[in-house]
Amino acid sequence: MMENLFLGAIIAIKESIDCNKEFLTELDREIGDADHGINMARGFEAVVNKLLADPQTDLAAGLKKIGMTLLSTVGGASGPLYGTAFMRAAIPAQGKTEASKELGAEMLQAAIQGIKDRGKAVCGEKTMLDSMEPAYHAFAEGIAKDKGFLECLELACCAAEEGVEYTKTIIAKKGRASYLGERSLGHQDPGATSVLIILRALTDFYRKNS
Amino acid sequence: MVGIVIVSHSMKLAEGVKDLAEQMADQQLKIIAAGGMEDGGIGTDAMKICRALQAANSADGVVVLADLGSAILSAQTAMELLDEEYGSLISIADAPIVEGAISAAIQASIGGTLTEVIHAAEEARGLLKL
Repeated sequence: MMENLFLGAIIAIKESIDCNKEFLTELDREIGDADHGINMARGFEAVVNKLLADPQTDLAAGLKKIGMTLLSTVGGASGPLYGTAFMRAAIPAQGKTEASKELGAEMLQAAIQGIKDRGKAVCGEKTMLDSMEPAYHAFAEGIAKDKGFLECLELACCAAEEGVEYTKTIIAKKGRASYLGERSLGHQDPGATSVLIILRALTDFYRKNS
Repeated sequence: MVGIVIVSHSMKLAEGVKDLAEQMADQQLKIIAAGGMEDGGIGTDAMKICRALQAANSADGVVVLADLGSAILSAQTAMELLDEEYGSLISIADAPIVEGAISAAIQASIGGTLTEVIHAAEEARGLLKL
């Protein structure tokens, strides 16, 4: 059951990225190198193919496999960033057989730390962290208020949406967009947006399957 | 002898830099190109870089020359994956990829240590062409 749910969630993410492939690439055309949607779609297609060919029964092993696959198939900076995020998320998942909201928070926190270590970025620099970190805080706050898993995920999505909006108001400090300086204002960050797309896909999947 | 790995978004660019650097290098020197994606497309692949680092490594270490952006992130990811095996034996030179690779190849060929090869590559930043 665990492996089916895990695979189902990853397929849901892949489908959502596919649907938003053009949108993400268009966002990246404005302030980057116009490949984010294409790269993410290629990466998650490879991930799903790998997991279908070699189903993972263990959550940590599955996350690690996703990370390694993204490292070698995404191509752009989001490859090592998302790759590191998934591989770091595997660490708290080690030995766990059931996904709880507490584990979800730990995984999200480990993933954020991985992205910070890899990209040397902090919040406010117009990166994926600007949606991911508020999402984590909202998720953790939900747990503190004893909300259910789904509600915690919904809170995280709302915070990530606000985070994406916030990226329109700030100047890019990392990656290709940083070459644009003030011209990056008014544009939402593609990486922050793909984080939101993934979170929404997970939330919708959980809603349908719980 | 210190090995050299060339990381670029482009397979052709990495191969080309390797060819240029090899002209100046000792035949024993290992220069490995890790450019582009498995399918030949533009991008960087941390797992491919991992294999290149392993192939370039001898007991003396490896210097990485990279182009920009994700080339650096992917090289750092590859180094982290190999950390237990090689640790501080692998270093990225903060240097222009072409000039840095040629300087590094010369220094490595004359038996320079890891620190000396990195230094030679990084000195290439100040190289005047005119």
